[in-house]
Amino acid sequence: MILTTNDVLNIISNISEVIEANKQYLTDLDAAIGDADHGINLDRGFKAVKEKMPQFSDKDIGTILKNVGMVLVSTVGGASGPLYGTFFMRMGNAVSGKSTIDDNEIVAMFEAGLSGIKERGKAQAGDKTMIDAIEPALNELKKSLEDGLKFNEALNIAVNASYNGVEMTKKIAARRGRASYLGDRSIGHQDPGATSAYLMIKTAAEYMDKLQ
Amino acid sequence: MKKLINNPDEVVKEMISGLLYAFPSYLRKLDNVDVVVRKASPVEGKVGLVSGGGSGHEPAHAGYVGKGMLDAACLGAVFTSPTPDQVYEAIKAVDGGKGVLLIIKNYTGDVMNFEMAKEMAEMDGIKVSEVIVDDDVAVENSTYTQGRRGIAGTVFVHKIAGAKAEEGAELKEVKEVAEKVIKNLRSMGMAFTPCTVPAAGKPSFTLDEDEIEIGIGIHGEPGTHREKIKGAKEIVAELMDKIVADLPFNDGDEVALMVNGLGATPLSELFIANKEVNEYLLGKNINVYKTFVGEYMTSLEMSGFSISLLKLDDELKSLLDASADTPAFKQFK
Repeated sequence: MILTTNDVLNIISNISEVIEANKQYLTDLDAAIGDADHGINLDRGFKAVKEKMPQFSDKDIGTILKNVGMVLVSTVGGASGPLYGTFFMRMGNAVSGKSTIDDNEIVAMFEAGLSGIKERGKAQAGDKTMIDAIEPALNELKKSLEDGLKFNEALNIAVNASYNGVEMTKKIAARRGRASYLGDRSIGHQDPGATSAYLMIKTAAEYMDKLQ
Repeated sequence: MKKLINNPDEVVKEMISGLLYAFPSYLRKLDNVDVVVRKASPVEGKVGLVSGGGSGHEPAHAGYVGKGMLDAACLGAVFTSPTPDQVYEAIKAVDGGKGVLLIIKNYTGDVMNFEMAKEMAEMDGIKVSEVIVDDDVAVENSTYTQGRRGIAGTVFVHKIAGAKAEEGAELKEVKEVAEKVIKNLRSMGMAFTPCTVPAAGKPSFTLDEDEIEIGIGIHGEPGTHREKIKGAKEIVAELMDKIVADLPFNDGDEVALMVNGLGATPLSELFIANKEVNEYLLGKNINVYKTFVGEYMTSLEMSGFSISLLKLDDELKSLLDASADTPAFKQFK
């Protein structure tokens, strides 16, 4: 798998559309355990990304991702702004100056993004956050590649793991973020942050699947 | 949704514009960011105080910008923390050479965004300190949560740290007194009805006609539990039992009291609550030094209220009494 600058721009654009389409869904999930703005905030951020994309679309992949991160940080607000902002900025850092990236670089980039989110949010898997959708995806992706699977097969497994991570958030109480104030009352509700992270991963994977 | 707005996406922008028309002698807005600062900022030789949060809590936070309180308020989208670039611009605009104190309410998003801004300003060589207000006793502090939320008691932090800064104190001293306030501050709230965030267009949770939500925060989020409605005396007693047990407040203590409306509870009912709080405190032999009843930190049109108690010593009393002149909080000596 080789991703070009153009592929990365297309993936970001697809993510913007998916977030817009799921704006109400994410907000409804957030209403149950948070403050009912997750979809609204993310949509505001990705709309701004789309608007500002022409200003950085001729740059390398690292610069594009860093810019996406900065736009998200400065427009989303809440907790998801700095978290997703850090995610994209760290991904950008990991592929600084590159105009194409291969399998190993995609994995390394994803890994850098995840560790950025963990540092910024001081959270880990099982806290009922976006990490519950991202970390299993990364783990399965790495494991499948080590087992010798093709990149798109490994991606499929990763997307499934991410989905299962989202499902798992229904069964646990939140330990980070605003939902944690509800304690056990948050059990039974799907985490909106994990859901948006899963939607992004799925969107990126679907695009890459078509490239193969 | 029935609201006095033009467009849900323009709520904050238009509100700021109206705010500036109302208080031109107090406030000005920074270019290109939703930050309002003291008309004459930066104030030379004074530690700058920056606070803020989502919009929808009016008069917080812009209402407390002025002499003796804040130097800047960062206004996020409704119920959404301001972004790091907003806070960063606020810090730069109010640094009078003695550094800047950030007063942050303990909500995940606020803490992360303010801390990112602090990192950015420190790279410019500005001295920045932060305090995190966590007065809400509804949420237990445990290994499973990130501590308590910061709610209406934060106004006492603005007032007292603001008075200290106005005296010309150093950043370290202003931070210390703010931390003393936080250590001695406890609050808790409840709601009769939810509220509607304009961009969401529908209430953030639902309550039956005979239900109340105990332990709510200030962002329209559900509280800790739900119960059948009861009288003001019983509601106040439930909140006060948790507040007073928490510090603890002792026989003979002097406190500042705030009975804060969340947006749709009439003053008449807040005064009824205040009567009950005062009688409760009399029974515990806790002396109310100063009382504040009104809307200090609201949650849009949520019906409900919160109680805040601040245990006082001589220093806190004198700083609480110091003069302040802001759109929403005035104290004459």
